Parts: sequence; C-alpha cells; structure tokens
Amino acid sequence: MPSAICVDNLGKKYTISHIRQDDSSLRELLSRGVARCGHRLLHPLSPAPAPARVSEEFWALQGVSFDIARGDRVGIIGRNGAGKSTLLKILSRITQPTTGSARVRGRVASLLEVGSGFHPELTGRENIFLNGAILGMSKGEIVKKFDEIVDFSEVETFLDTPVKRYSSGMYVRLAFAVAAHLEPEILIVDEVLAVGDAQFQKKCLGKMETVGSEGRTVLFVSHNMQAVRYLCNSAIVLREGKVACIDTPERAIDEYLRDGMVNEGGGDLAGRIAALPPDPAFRLVAIDLSQQGRGCDEVVENGQPLDLAIEYDVLQQTTGLRVYFDLCDEYGTILFRSFHDEQSDGIPVVHPGRYRSRATIPANLLGPSRYEIRVRASIFNVRACTSPEGVRIKLKVEQTGRYNKAYLGDTFRGKLAPTLSWENEAVTPLR
Amino acid sequence: MTTEEIALPELLIEPDRPVLHYWRDVWRYRELFWFFVWRDLLVRYKQTVIGVSWSVLRPLATMAAFSAVFGILAKLPSHGVPYPLLVFAAMLPWNFFANALSEGAASLIGNANLMTKIYFPRIIVPAAAMAVSLIDFVISLAIMAVLMLCSGYFPDWRVAFLPLFLLLGALPMVGGGLWFAALNVKYRDFKHLVPFLLQFGLYLSPVGFTSELVPQRWRLLYSLNPMAGVIDGFRWSLLRGAAELYWPGIILSSSLSLCLLLSGIWYFRKAERVIADVI
Repeated sequence: MPSAICVDNLGKKYTISHIRQDDSSLRELLSRGVARCGHRLLHPLSPAPAPARVSEEFWALQGVSFDIARGDRVGIIGRNGAGKSTLLKILSRITQPTTGSARVRGRVASLLEVGSGFHPELTGRENIFLNGAILGMSKGEIVKKFDEIVDFSEVETFLDTPVKRYSSGMYVRLAFAVAAHLEPEILIVDEVLAVGDAQFQKKCLGKMETVGSEGRTVLFVSHNMQAVRYLCNSAIVLREGKVACIDTPERAIDEYLRDGMVNEGGGDLAGRIAALPPDPAFRLVAIDLSQQGRGCDEVVENGQPLDLAIEYDVLQQTTGLRVYFDLCDEYGTILFRSFHDEQSDGIPVVHPGRYRSRATIPANLLGPSRYEIRVRASIFNVRACTSPEGVRIKLKVEQTGRYNKAYLGDTFRGKLAPTLSWENEAVTPLR
Repeated sequence: MTTEEIALPELLIEPDRPVLHYWRDVWRYRELFWFFVWRDLLVRYKQTVIGVSWSVLRPLATMAAFSAVFGILAKLPSHGVPYPLLVFAAMLPWNFFANALSEGAASLIGNANLMTKIYFPRIIVPAAAMAVSLIDFVISLAIMAVLMLCSGYFPDWRVAFLPLFLLLGALPMVGGGLWFAALNVKYRDFKHLVPFLLQFGLYLSPVGFTSELVPQRWRLLYSLNPMAGVIDGFRWSLLRGAAELYWPGIILSSSLSLCLLLSGIWYFRKAERVIADVI
C-alpha cells in the first residue's frame, strides 16, 4: 500500500516575545526606531543600543516523522500542548512548518473546528452551501448531497432560519452534517466529537467509522480513548512536540496513560502529605497508587485493578487507630469508605512502628469519570488524626474495562460501573 | 488501481512553498471566491428595513451635499456641465476605490476564524471583499445613467474608454487593499489609519472640484494621488471631455499604481505565510 501521508522531520517553531518588547503594535515599532535615531543623533560615535528584545523560542513540534498508509485510520493522542493541533494545522496547510516536509497524497479535507465559516446571519440552507464550499466541496457536490446533509442534521424545520437563532445543539449538528459528507481521500479531524448530545455523538462516531471503512485515510485527534480504540487501527502518541510512540491503539493508549502517570503530581502528593498537621500518635509517610505494578497519578484505567498503598508511622500505642479512604465523585459525594481494619473482629491495638496498609479497588468498578480519593486516619471515638479533608488524590478514569464496551459514545450515567453477572436467555420466540 | 494512484494529486508541504502551486490553488479555489462574494452580498442588507436602497441613497446624499457646497456656495467652475453630474462622475471611481479599499483592508481580520481553521489561498478573501464593491459601483453607474437622462446630458464616443479608466482605478485599489489587509493582520493600527486616510483622500482628490483648479506647475505632483487621473478620466469619458486629460500625470500615476499592485501582491504573499500564527 503506498503511503498517503509521509512526514519527515517536521518542526514548528513559535517565537514568544515578552510583553514590553512586543513589536506587534506599530507604535512600539516606531517608538523604538525613534529612540534609536535619537540615540544616534545625541551620541553619534557610540554604537546604538541593541533593542532589548526578550523573545523565547518554543518548538511546538520537533523532528516529527511518520508514515501513514492509505486507508489507515490513525489516532493522534497526547496531553494538552503536546503538538497535536499544530501537527494537524501543518498537514492541512493552515500554517507552515519551520523545518522538514510532509508529502500528502490525495485530496485533504480538514475539520479542525465544527462550523468554521458559518455565518450567523445566513440561514441554515445558505450556510450548508457556504460551509461546504469552504471545506472544499464544489457547488455540484453540495447540491447532490444537500438532502442527505439536511437529513443527517435533523434541522429541516429550521432550514430557512438564520443560524444565529439556532440552539447550540442544532448549530453543531448542522455543522457536523456538512463536514461528514465531504468525500476527500484524507480526512483530518480535530477533537470535534466532544460536541452534541450523546445520541448525536454516537451518530458521528458511526459516520466516522463508515468513512474509515470506505478506504479513506483518517487522522483523528482525540482525548476520548474509547473513540480512538474503536475507530483507529493505529495511533501516534505525541509528547512535548515529539513522537513518543507509534503503535496499535491499545499499546499507544497504554503509553499515553503511563506518560500521564509519570509526569504529574508525585512531588505534589508528597508535599500534601508533609503539609498535614502533626498528630501525637500518627504520621502519614506515603501514599502510593499503582496499576499492574506501575505507579500512577491521576489517570487510571478501569480495566485493571487499582492498588492503593498507605505507609504510616504509629508514634504511640493506640487503640482503635483507623486508616481509611473515601472514594468520592467529582462533587465530593462519598461513594464508599474503606477502613484498613474493617474486617477485624475486635478493636485492634496498634503498637509504635512503621506500617503499610494496602487495598485494591477492583477492575471493572469505576466508571469513565472523575473521582477523588481522600486518605484519612482517626482514632475511634477520640479524634481525627489528619485534617478533615485528609490527603486528596484526584483520579481520572479512562474506560478500558468491559462495561458497556459495545456502546461507545453513550453517556456514562451513575457513579460506579460494576460489571454484574447478567444472564440473558430467550424464553420463547415471538411468532 | 494503479491509474487511480497516479491520478491522486500529491502535495508537498515545506517551509517555503513554490509560487506556481499557489496560483494553481487560487484557480482551484475559484468557486470559493464566488461563494465569499455571494455571502457578503447576502449578509449585507440582512435585518435592514430599506435594504439595497442604502446603495442608492448614500451616494445621492453625498452628491447633493458636494454640489451644494462646491457648486452653489463656493461657485466653483463646472465647464457648462451640471454640477451634480460633475460630482457624481467623480464619485463613481472614488466610492468604488474607497469602499473596496476599506473592505479589503478589514477582510482578513474579519474572517480570522477561517484563517486559523481552514486552508485556502488567502488572497481570495480580500479579492472577494473588493469584488463586492463592484456591485455598488454598478448600482451607482445606473444612477448616473438616470441622472444623465433626467438632465438631458448624454455622453459621446468617449464613453467607450470608461472600462479602461475603471481598470486604471482598480490597480491602486487592489494594490492598496492587499497591502492594508496584510498589514492589518500584524498591526491593527491600520484599522484606524485606513478610514482616516480615505477621508483625507476624498478632499485631496478632485471629487468636489475639477483638477483644473490645481495650478499647472503642481499638476504633476498632484498626480501622485493615483485617483486624480482616474477621476479626470471618468469625467472625460462620461461628460463629453469635460475634464481634459493630463497625460504626464496619468502616466505617472498609472506606473505608480502598477508598482503598488505588484508590491501589494508580493507583500501579501510574504505575510500570508504567517497569517494563521499572528492573526
């Protein structure tokens, strides 16, 4: 298969100049020029002062190379600022690279924003034509597909209303409908599926899948790991402007999640632990989150168990010292509380020393959502040994588990997503 | 399969794009040009009560004011031509020039959201914005015809040269429009400068008076204003030679205009590379 996109050593440099030396206003430019002339008049012999320009170079992309075969559906993942959008902008020719080159074979359509080029004063009908033309469709093509587009967008009643009177949902649906009916050989899509309601999102995913299965090349940036896993047959992980890995979606997502774990928070967490008010009987030493033996922070997968280890010093003999954590949803509602000694028969007496308590949150329990773990300790009926909030650890759970696997794009409802053992059987067939 | 592969266009993205590809792309995106023109026309009079009538009323009102001030109050010479006609013949090219220039200058930042999200040859945007002003020009031309009919003052063979002078007026217009559009992207000062320049230009150009009022020895200097020769030309061809053509001036201003156009294209192309990054 010949390659559709061949990127070689691509780089993009931005120059960030600092506020006072910014020359983007003519006045600045002129006043600096005048100042220099003045200097020259007053001190004709001494060299003119060099303008104290404080500018910083920033490489949004550096040394990026990869090959994409025709018909491939490639997901591009990475944290915010990893260079994903810059890469798409270069490939869709909106901005020029600073170094390197890219060869693109076939007609490219890029969808970096839903509804770019929509004019609020124009009606839905007029905007279909305008937006279609802007995205690269010919008038004939638009006329041919007009009904299909209207159908897909579900706004036929409001076709002759200016889009400024549309609800945001209608606006987005119409915009995506136009874009979805492009027929380029290469489709470049930036995070645009994050719009619309769940049902429409599903429809969009379905449409993207069809585009892919028609043998067209798709480049797809997303933070939605589920969508990447579902739509793509390979994925590129970008990290700080460089390619971190190119692999199957599964492995690339793994790499991306691990990246998130290593990069953030470790020191911060230690800081939060150290900042706890001192207690005569208890001192928290460390909290360690890990999945499959790999330490993690914030981003976790729900397809694998999450191990929580709490290390602490007991400073004096205590009865009823309990180390525990709350699993909260993103609004702080406690979903459950779990104690280190919840299974003991009597109230244990703890002797001075260093202890480590471990708990495992099983796989297939957390939903694709945000949670917070709050680690605390208290002496039963006596006092709390940590601050009332304890040590808070934010979790962002990525869907990799069994739960609802076939129904991508469906909104996650509820707080937890345990997999229950459903048994389904046909009782009697309906005749 | 193989033939299809060969047929697929290959695109090379590099730090510096070859010029040839650019003009080929402009041609390829020509439909978009018409869509932009169509959009701007559609949008123009949405939610107005009198709609297109604005295009008729505005020039007529200006003409009335100028005729009153310069013709009736100041009693400037008019070579036997009704003063309103004299003024209107000059306003045709001037309004075209001024509207197109200001629309062109504002066009890129007016479409900033497109610049950062979609690729197309950027030159289409100011070009379409300026083309829209051509519609106003055509409307004004029709008003001119009506005015001439009413006053019984008919043009002679010289009217055949009108398109030539229109073209001569389009040179500095497109050139200036491209310069300002590109400069506007980086230095928003031009947003304030352009309306001011145009207001200034209206009084510097022979719109309310004839250029014969300018002393002969200053005529060549006066021709540095690229619109002076164009306005004279319009009067000459529409009003049976009411204004004499000052050839040295016309040659000077048309060569200046040509320089402005070529440099405008050059600068626009240069600025275009970073539009998405600085807009």
